[in-house]
Amino acid sequence: MEERRKGTAPLDEARLRQRAIGVKLRQIFDEVVNEPVPDEFLDILRQADKKAGEG
Amino acid sequence: MGAPTDRTGSDLTPAERDKIFQRELVTLIPHLRAFARTLTGDATQADDLAQDAMIKAWDARNSFQLGTNMKAWTFMILRNQFYSDKRRSWRSTQLDQEAAERTLVAVDDPEAPVALDELRLAMGMLPDEQREALILVGAGGFAYEEAADICGCAVGTVKSRVSRARKALQGILETGDYDRDGGQAGDAMRSILADAERLSAAR
Repeated sequence: MEERRKGTAPLDEARLRQRAIGVKLRQIFDEVVNEPVPDEFLDILRQADKKAGEG
Repeated sequence: MGAPTDRTGSDLTPAERDKIFQRELVTLIPHLRAFARTLTGDATQADDLAQDAMIKAWDARNSFQLGTNMKAWTFMILRNQFYSDKRRSWRSTQLDQEAAERTLVAVDDPEAPVALDELRLAMGMLPDEQREALILVGAGGFAYEEAADICGCAVGTVKSRVSRARKALQGILETGDYDRDGGQAGDAMRSILADAERLSAAR
């Protein structure tokens, strides 16, 4: 944890905001990463694999 | 990831090589989905895109050298697919307002903080090249150099896109300059700030 300076220097405030946006952006992304993968994806790969095995 | 001995795969049979390739590709699916979702802003469209990219990657597996950065390689495939689809069928310049609205509705957790939606909407207003640069560097965990490879542009270009994207997002969120009824200007930024503090306090 870092000390926040009093008197809100505009630069610090801007940094704080940018960091907050960054945190949210990662949250949005990670939310999807953490979703279970729909079966469709693995089915498609399995099919492709089978085709490769035959070829 | 545990490829047995030779990471380049030169002493493997094609079948063994395919196995290793596929195992690694499977671990990347969640990341491809996330990249696609943030690029398109639409869950259904995103999964179609991610599936196309996955198939393309599989078909091109022999041109990939095992042991190199498969995440960056597949992201590049997905990105190229995104732009070629878009050239074919989507309006190329304006925000796809319908997609943005669907995204808003698609958030199925009613408890989810409002700020997430607003950031999604704001993201949708960025030019594509700024959005992708910000996602790759800001959320995808890529270095500027890797992002530049993925986007096929110079490192300096990625840096300036990311910085412009950040400024633009902040501007949009602070002025409430996204298409949404109600919602007071400045509320989005405030709730994002509050949320970020809550998240970092929880860590």
